[in-house]
Amino acid sequence: MSAGHVAPKSLYYMVFGALVVGTILTVLAAKVDMGPLNNIVMLTIACTKATLVILFFMHVRWSSRLTWVVAMSGFFWLLILFSLGMADYMSRGWMQGTLR
Amino acid sequence: MSDRHASEHYPGPMHQPPVHREGVHHAEVVHHPRLQHHFDDMAEQAEASTLGMWVFLVTEIMFFGGLFMCYLVYRTASPEGFAEASHHLNVVWGAVNTIVLIVSSLTMALAVRAAQTSAPPKTQVFWIAATMVLGAAFLGVKAIEYADKFTHHLVPGPNFVWEGKHPAAAEMFYSLYFCMTGLHALHMIIGLGIMTVIGIMAWRRQFDADYYTPVEVSGLYWHFVDIVWIFLFPLLYLIGGHVVD
Repeated sequence: MSAGHVAPKSLYYMVFGALVVGTILTVLAAKVDMGPLNNIVMLTIACTKATLVILFFMHVRWSSRLTWVVAMSGFFWLLILFSLGMADYMSRGWMQGTLR
Repeated sequence: MSDRHASEHYPGPMHQPPVHREGVHHAEVVHHPRLQHHFDDMAEQAEASTLGMWVFLVTEIMFFGGLFMCYLVYRTASPEGFAEASHHLNVVWGAVNTIVLIVSSLTMALAVRAAQTSAPPKTQVFWIAATMVLGAAFLGVKAIEYADKFTHHLVPGPNFVWEGKHPAAAEMFYSLYFCMTGLHALHMIIGLGIMTVIGIMAWRRQFDADYYTPVEVSGLYWHFVDIVWIFLFPLLYLIGGHVVD
């Protein structure tokens, strides 16, 4: 009566390979000056890596819908924190002169 | 009327006969010694534990989230200052530590898999020990980096010295650097403690395909700490890559 899904070892090695490739890519991309695009590339790679870890290493791919919703809710609330927090800081002029 | 008639024969909720599931004969059921009485079966118990761990991890996301929000505010206030300060972090050590943590996540996933497939205790302990060695290596590199920051007067406070154009932003960057990597390192230390307990339990043959929830749940924690570093590495080490001295 084993409950959880047993993923093949090959899948874990593939996810590991993708994470290493992502790390190398993000280091190389940081050396190129792309202006504001640098941040977007860096965060896209980081989010992709995090998604791979969550889906496969953390077994969310094979978990119940309820676990999936709870896991996503954390990141959703984080987005609310960032978006409403920054909306406040940007629109009230609290940034100017903070760090000279 | 017929409903009422039927209810006269209903003995009430306290006297419900045991639920008979298809293919399950109650007299023959032998409960797993690890099954708590308030769960129907091992699968339900494992599901409840996993869900509980995820709820805890959501609170952890918000815990680290506050620091990421702080980083976002101050980096927006002085993007040039943060890039200048980030340029003085050692990208090689940061990248090495990123790879070390990714390998440790792989060994952790294999440790959970070993328990899931009822592998012998030797195999389970091997993967858990490998995860711990890599975690300790990460902390070792972190110690070298911290020592380097102390000798170069990059620790915020009265002895902070900055020769660049943005001393206030650089000091804020290093405050956030120590807070974020420090909280992360604390989680790594706690992780090593958890892995010690899990390793001893595995050695005592406590985990097999029927019961491996502690390994699974500890794995979730370990992978979460890895994910935090996946974001810390680029945001702290790589934002000054194209800055020319």
